[in-house]
Amino acid sequence: MAEQIKNFLYLNRRAPYGTIYAWESLEVVLIGAAFDQKVSLAFLDDGVFQIVKGQDTKGVEMKNFSPTYSALGDYDVNQLYVERESLEERGLSIDDLMHLTWEDEDEDWAEKDSIRVVSRAELARIIEQQDVVFSF
Amino acid sequence: MKFAIQVNEGPYQHQATDSAYLFTRAALEKGHEIFRVFFYHDGVGNGTRLTTPPQDDRHIVNRWADLAEKHDLDLVVCVAAAQRRGMVDDGEAERNGKDATNIHPKFRISGLGQLIEAAVQSDRLVVFGD
Repeated sequence: MAEQIKNFLYLNRRAPYGTIYAWESLEVVLIGAAFDQKVSLAFLDDGVFQIVKGQDTKGVEMKNFSPTYSALGDYDVNQLYVERESLEERGLSIDDLMHLTWEDEDEDWAEKDSIRVVSRAELARIIEQQDVVFSF
Repeated sequence: MKFAIQVNEGPYQHQATDSAYLFTRAALEKGHEIFRVFFYHDGVGNGTRLTTPPQDDRHIVNRWADLAEKHDLDLVVCVAAAQRRGMVDDGEAERNGKDATNIHPKFRISGLGQLIEAAVQSDRLVVFGD
């Protein structure tokens, strides 16, 4: 593998259980984390539901994969952007989301928030800065 | 320019597979390089040699295979997505105790790392799907 580092952004735009896109997107993120690229995730549209807390899938008999998002910090995936307008359009706020954190080894493993709520305009600028944009 | 192509939808169900094919063919005809075509989600269905469309319709699987033959294309089906959807090659059949295979010989099954590598190595990743 070449020693090349690119900015990777994963766009998560769909609800977690209606289709398999969200779950298989997360599988790409976890595998991709081994490649030492600069990785961030964005949650927008119905994708914001992927990281809502208290998910319970018993009724639909599907695997609840939401705990996996809590492990992202351990994979050095700690830049999670959530689009403010998408939250508001769905009557959600950051208090409805899982508290996702990472530990900063440069600051004595201080626990820091991974989620940053950004506006639609800010997210557009973030997308523009990327080398690779995966859309799921 | 060097392209990586990602196909996220199943053949016939969704035009994304046609668009991906037409884009790939056009890019090659213009002299660009296709580093890899990676099939993910239901896109793995593009690689089954058992596909039998009506005779007056396009044959999506053979069309990919012919393009691969002509341009030495690397057509990769994601193993995790393939296992869920019953796409099987000799290795997978043996590992998982299956009694048949269905992968077209011009395709190969491999891991998601192949997608990440393609994105790193190419100038552009182009994703086809919803």
